[in-house]
Amino acid sequence: MNIQQRPLPPIVPKQGDPMKTPEPLPGDSQPMVRLHNVGKSFGALRVLKGIDLQVRHSEVVCLIGPSGSGKSTLLRSMAFLEEYDEGEIHIEGQLLGYVPDNGKGRKRAAQAQINQVRRNIGMVFQQFNLWPHMTALGNVSEALLRVRKLSSAEARQRALAMLDKVGLAHKADVYPIQLSGGQQQRVAIARALAMEPHIMLFDEPTSALDPELVGEVLQVMKTLAREGMTMVVVTHEMGFAAQVADSVVFLDQGQVVAQGTPQQIFHNTEHPRLQQFLQNYLDRNAFWQDNKEASPV
Amino acid sequence: MIFDYRVITEHLDDIAQGFTVTLGTWSAGVVLGLFLGLLIAVAQLFGNNLIRAPLRAFIEVIRSTPFLVQLFLVYYGGPSFGLSLDPVPAGILGLGIYGSVYFAEIFRTGFESVARGQLEAADCLGITRWQCILRIQLPQMLVIILPALVNLVTILCKETAVLSIITIPELTMVMTGIGSQTFAFVETLLVLCIGYLLLVEFCSRLGMYLETRVGRFMSRQPQ
Repeated sequence: MNIQQRPLPPIVPKQGDPMKTPEPLPGDSQPMVRLHNVGKSFGALRVLKGIDLQVRHSEVVCLIGPSGSGKSTLLRSMAFLEEYDEGEIHIEGQLLGYVPDNGKGRKRAAQAQINQVRRNIGMVFQQFNLWPHMTALGNVSEALLRVRKLSSAEARQRALAMLDKVGLAHKADVYPIQLSGGQQQRVAIARALAMEPHIMLFDEPTSALDPELVGEVLQVMKTLAREGMTMVVVTHEMGFAAQVADSVVFLDQGQVVAQGTPQQIFHNTEHPRLQQFLQNYLDRNAFWQDNKEASPV
Repeated sequence: MIFDYRVITEHLDDIAQGFTVTLGTWSAGVVLGLFLGLLIAVAQLFGNNLIRAPLRAFIEVIRSTPFLVQLFLVYYGGPSFGLSLDPVPAGILGLGIYGSVYFAEIFRTGFESVARGQLEAADCLGITRWQCILRIQLPQMLVIILPALVNLVTILCKETAVLSIITIPELTMVMTGIGSQTFAFVETLLVLCIGYLLLVEFCSRLGMYLETRVGRFMSRQPQ
């Protein structure tokens, strides 16, 4: 397929288009995502307790932690799928989801404004969330047609290029139900990438997959990281986090307990809760122990 | 039993006309009901309480009163509200309103059947709520609600018989009229039943055909 060799046509914004892609911010001058004291409660349950986090340009941040630690809620807050109720989330310098309410704190921003702030965010879900009544191509091109208002020929070309990028150009006309889980997730990644996001958020992208299919999805994500995509990944794949992440954040009970390079988190940690978490992970994944006989138990 | 087919052949023109009127009021009523029902369902799901509360009351009132009474109210009571309609428009309006609340309930369950995650994905991509309804929710829910819709449409077909009481010359009125003139009740009522049977049968077959069409994406087999 010769589409592969051709450089992608840039999405040319129409005049006054609110979805137009702004110039990327130079270097490290400003973090792509900045969370300050973010809190969130579901009723009486406080799931996020004052989270501070910064994600710089081209950085890959992995969020790890036990279930119920708030890592998914935190990630979803960055796409405003959860309305955080304390603190601030800035996406490329803009406050996400809220506007000042003349002197009385703040109120939820209008939907168009929310979309404007998060237009450079791509989201990938644990359950893929593809639209089952559309083909793989239809899934990828839908937002290009309806949101970016590309012509059907442009949208098709761009969607095919994106499917090719995740290795699924040959499945363009197939419905999601006919694809394996790994293939579905790759289509979902292509769908998000088609909008040319600056930041990609992944919410446990491999947790719903058969173990054999995890690799193909992680491979696509590794390629993205190598190309310099800014990524925040909630994951249980410690191997992926160790290899790809620039920074690993360990959450427990709604708080950042430890944060550092993979080396610091996986090898030199002194935090007891993190040690326990990692030990559990190792125990669960160990299926062969050479010293079984020698073990006293 | 003696079946005097001449009663039927002699009145064939009247019968055909009655059949056409039934078909016409039925289809117009269904279209109106579908349209109103969809509006009600969307307003209920996405509107604020100011819209929702009166709609809820409207649904309850229509669902808990007989169609016959509603029809009387529209046709004979209408002029008191400044709504003077000819029998046929009044009948279509009555049938549409009566059907709309049931259609609305079907649509509501349909909207709820589409997984939340799909809407979140659309939301993240900047797809608006209206685009989401038209492009993502409606096409999918149609597959799920189609049997229920067809069911209601066939029920409305038989409800058109009630329209005879506001002097609409539809099939039931024509056939009972012929019956009382000729005393050939068996012949006329039998043909009347066959008339409705034909309409309902046509409707269910159309529904089954549509079910196989719209459900294609659910099949694991490549097409």
